[in-house]
Amino acid sequence: MLGEILKNKQKYDQVFIESFSIDESKLGDNLEYSTIPEWDSVGHMGLIAELEEAFDIEMEMDDIIDFSSYKKGFELVAKYGVEF
Amino acid sequence: MNLFNDLEKYSSNTAIVTESSDQISYLDLLDAADSIGNHIKKRCLVFFVCNNCFESVAGYIGFLRAGSALALIQDTTDNTFIANLIEVYKPEYIYLPAKKSELQINCTIVHTFGDYTLLKTDHNVVYTLHENLALLLTTSGSTGSPKFVRQSYKNINSNAEAIAQYLGITSNDRPISTMPMSYTFMLSIINSHLLKGASIILTNVTLMERHFWRAIKENNATTFGGVPYIFEMLKKLRFEKVNLPSLKYITQAGGKLSMELSAEFADICVGKGIEFYVMYGQTEATARISYLPCEYAQTKVGSVGIPIPGGKMWLEDSEGNQIDSAGVAGELVYQGDNVTLGYAEDYLDLAKGDENNGLLRTGDIAKYDDDGFFTIVGRAKRFLKMYGNRINLDEIEQLVTEEGYDCACSGEDNELVIYLTQSKEIENIKSYISRKMKIHPSGIDVIYISKIPRNESGKILYSELA
Repeated sequence: MLGEILKNKQKYDQVFIESFSIDESKLGDNLEYSTIPEWDSVGHMGLIAELEEAFDIEMEMDDIIDFSSYKKGFELVAKYGVEF
Repeated sequence: MNLFNDLEKYSSNTAIVTESSDQISYLDLLDAADSIGNHIKKRCLVFFVCNNCFESVAGYIGFLRAGSALALIQDTTDNTFIANLIEVYKPEYIYLPAKKSELQINCTIVHTFGDYTLLKTDHNVVYTLHENLALLLTTSGSTGSPKFVRQSYKNINSNAEAIAQYLGITSNDRPISTMPMSYTFMLSIINSHLLKGASIILTNVTLMERHFWRAIKENNATTFGGVPYIFEMLKKLRFEKVNLPSLKYITQAGGKLSMELSAEFADICVGKGIEFYVMYGQTEATARISYLPCEYAQTKVGSVGIPIPGGKMWLEDSEGNQIDSAGVAGELVYQGDNVTLGYAEDYLDLAKGDENNGLLRTGDIAKYDDDGFFTIVGRAKRFLKMYGNRINLDEIEQLVTEEGYDCACSGEDNELVIYLTQSKEIENIKSYISRKMKIHPSGIDVIYISKIPRNESGKILYSELA
């Protein structure tokens, strides 16, 4: 169980790292929409697509437009049964 | 000839709805516009750093009413680049938002209006502005180049009139901004709606943010425009499930929408009772060249339709002969009052008059069908010769995209390069394109790239491909 949770966290982080081509050190509570040039509307679209693929989920519009930060994202992805 | 000189007739109509939902009437907008424009004592060049806000639109209208020529620069443009443009064009004034205050230029503050400041530069170079010159706009494809397209008052007016006519714009329309106003597409939406006394809902947020959807609902937006990537976002957001009763029509321009998305949105819009217009144009033609009347959105998917009112379109073969049969590809040539004056590369070019005489060779390859509807099939300059055969890079991109992969194609004759974001598919794509296009695999190089470089309207930045 704990293993699964850890794996999900790693997967989540990996999607951010790859979608925005950023270093792991940038991940954290300060990482918010449009705080880095890579996380613009186009980047956001790619991020959501990658998360959906990684966790095999399909996010609702409300969750996509509420996905305003790295931190907030955990909560939103968790709504689809992904445990963190 | 000046623009926006008779907007007074719309008096108490709402002209602007701001991001904080303030409603500004045409009279208040004109008051603000003229209070800025009146600081400009004689016709001169103003550099206008824009942003989708009231101060910005007020400045735009004010300077044009005052008879100045304006260079539109997006507020996200790098400061070094703006400083370079200032050096090259020597504007007399600069109107810019607070976020650009760190721009290093020698100037004096003339006026402040909300978040914006009007600055007078200290250069003393005297040069001529051609009497018809109204706006200088960057071409969407160029980054880092100081080249502007020179648009005349007549260009802007005739294009706005034509657009308002074929879309049937009225004072009841309420477009919401989806792109920066420095984009010709967005500017054409603003111009054509102001012309008809409509209300423009201004925002700098994107479709991926909650505020956008709140603004569209609360302000009863009737329309918006989108470049292809905006339609990809709408798809991701499952636009078909969004209930927006006020929405009357949506427009698409700024690049070719894939057949799949085009067909999908044509169906979604019919289902929702929204008119869907696919359009085509270039900054060199002010904005719009052609449009697909919405009743053909489902039956003529992929077509850019017919010329805008007052315009003419035809195709020419490589010898310059007019093509007179359907289904034959040739360069699309356009004629109309919206064909711009030409380009400028420095302030000396601002004295130049009309170099195009209403005729534009678009550089796009098109065909027309039996009903006279045009379809763009590629870019004239996006061709390679592969072992004696001409191949279309856009077509290859499309083939790969249809297989479900993001890619960009470039290269030289006999050396086709496909940049692909899926490293595992390199061999598959190579053999697929080789088979499909009958190109020997040794002439194809598939290179992995983590992300295809694109500008904000989603166009591929080929110059940034290694």
